[in-house]
Amino acid sequence: MKQKSVAVVGAAETTGLGKIPDMSNIQLHADCALNAMADCGLTAKDIDGVACAGQTPVEIAHYLGITPTWVDGTAVGGCSFMLHVRHAAAAINEGLCNTVLITHGESGRSQIGRARPVPPPSSLIGQFEFPYGPMGPPTMFPMPVMRYMKDMGATHEDFATVAVIQREWAAKNPRATFHDPITVEDVLDSRMIAYPFRLLQCCLVSDGGGALILTSAERVKDFPTKPVYILGTGESVETPMVSQMESFTSSRAFRTASKKAFGEAGITHSDVDHLMIYDAFAHLPVFGLEDLGFCEPGEAAGFIRARHTAPGGKLPMNTNGGGLSYCHTGMYGMFALQESVRQMRGMAPAQVEGAKLSVCHGVGGMFAASGTIVFSNEAP
Amino acid sequence: MSEYERPLPQPTPETQNYWDGAKAGELRLQRCGDCSHVYFPARPFCPACSSRDVNWFTASGKGTLFSYVINHRAPKGFEAPYIIAVVQLAEGPRMMSNLVDCPQTPEALALDMPLEVTFVTATDDIAIPQFRPVGA
Repeated sequence: MKQKSVAVVGAAETTGLGKIPDMSNIQLHADCALNAMADCGLTAKDIDGVACAGQTPVEIAHYLGITPTWVDGTAVGGCSFMLHVRHAAAAINEGLCNTVLITHGESGRSQIGRARPVPPPSSLIGQFEFPYGPMGPPTMFPMPVMRYMKDMGATHEDFATVAVIQREWAAKNPRATFHDPITVEDVLDSRMIAYPFRLLQCCLVSDGGGALILTSAERVKDFPTKPVYILGTGESVETPMVSQMESFTSSRAFRTASKKAFGEAGITHSDVDHLMIYDAFAHLPVFGLEDLGFCEPGEAAGFIRARHTAPGGKLPMNTNGGGLSYCHTGMYGMFALQESVRQMRGMAPAQVEGAKLSVCHGVGGMFAASGTIVFSNEAP
Repeated sequence: MSEYERPLPQPTPETQNYWDGAKAGELRLQRCGDCSHVYFPARPFCPACSSRDVNWFTASGKGTLFSYVINHRAPKGFEAPYIIAVVQLAEGPRMMSNLVDCPQTPEALALDMPLEVTFVTATDDIAIPQFRPVGA
């Protein structure tokens, strides 16, 4: 896409976060959508593009009262919203629509009105993985970790440290689910979920949502908010079966999506002031730092241990506390995008002073899909 | 054995020969006639070069432990803790499996340890390929 041709002008999360027993899944979409419209002074009549996952664009457009000329129901898991941003930018540039609303809402904890389709026993995953008893992400996602540890020399303590440092960020964020500091020992003493990972290395299960409103950069002066420009975007997919990843020490989808986004943005790693790497589980920031090229293969654990991604470090990462300590509805990618936008607006609870460029990287499924967005707060 | 309660696969036309093989005590894979690529899971074309000239063969059933988790929350039909592994097959592809005939503990496992296939009868029509340590 053309750099900075499209901007985020509206952004908001659901009014509540964590446990929201009085809202259904679709109402969580609507709650954050209304908040995002209020953020930039719009109503549903001003929206002509709708993108969402978890609910269909038909459901969301009808529920909110939108008559769209463009919709995108790309649903590739938790990074779907990074792909929506990318597709929306292309659609706006092509003139298919002018003002796009992207919504995420998920009653992940209360399970009110939430439908999550299970692949049938005739699907590839149904035939070749389900017979072996994987129970969703906590057993599927950490599958590469033992291989990574052996090949790269990483330790249980390394993956515990990821959770410890993200809790440090969460402590600065009033909306985070957990605030109390934890130690490596706390993590390694927490309940075993699926060896090698324990409870504190697995994401939260929350209710919540978030919405973004995007439009042409030429229109940003019409809005009261500080515009956040899309500088570069990337997406890719690899496999619906974690057992069939090409490598267990690197994600092809991560590498492909991020390379495209960095290329479109025309940036190098030293340009990046702020980084979000979707952390459903403690190994994802390690894979992400390496696959995005911030660290050489095998060096990310040491990079995190050296506190480079911690408060005060040179590469602040997952500054909202992440899926491990902020919230995780099931498709967390929208919350990573929200934090990047807050950082670019200069209004994050743990604001990175002077940050001008934010990279936001998402994962979908168990390394199945990936999307990367590069944001800038500097006008074109 | 008691009634099989674990999730059952439902073969499709493209995978039926794999499951027929499992029922016959064979691990069947496919090799491309054009580029010789060996792949899994089954499909009637080569994912490396798109050729439709592919052939079934019976694999050695030998492999090594590539990676694993030990699940501590048992779904129906399983008893926690139990190992879910990814096996590096001698012929090149990898596949998911449980590890049977060994303690379900990290101490019993070492990555790259040799494994061999065995088959667990689930129903009259379905047998599930499983792996166990060589010599177990």
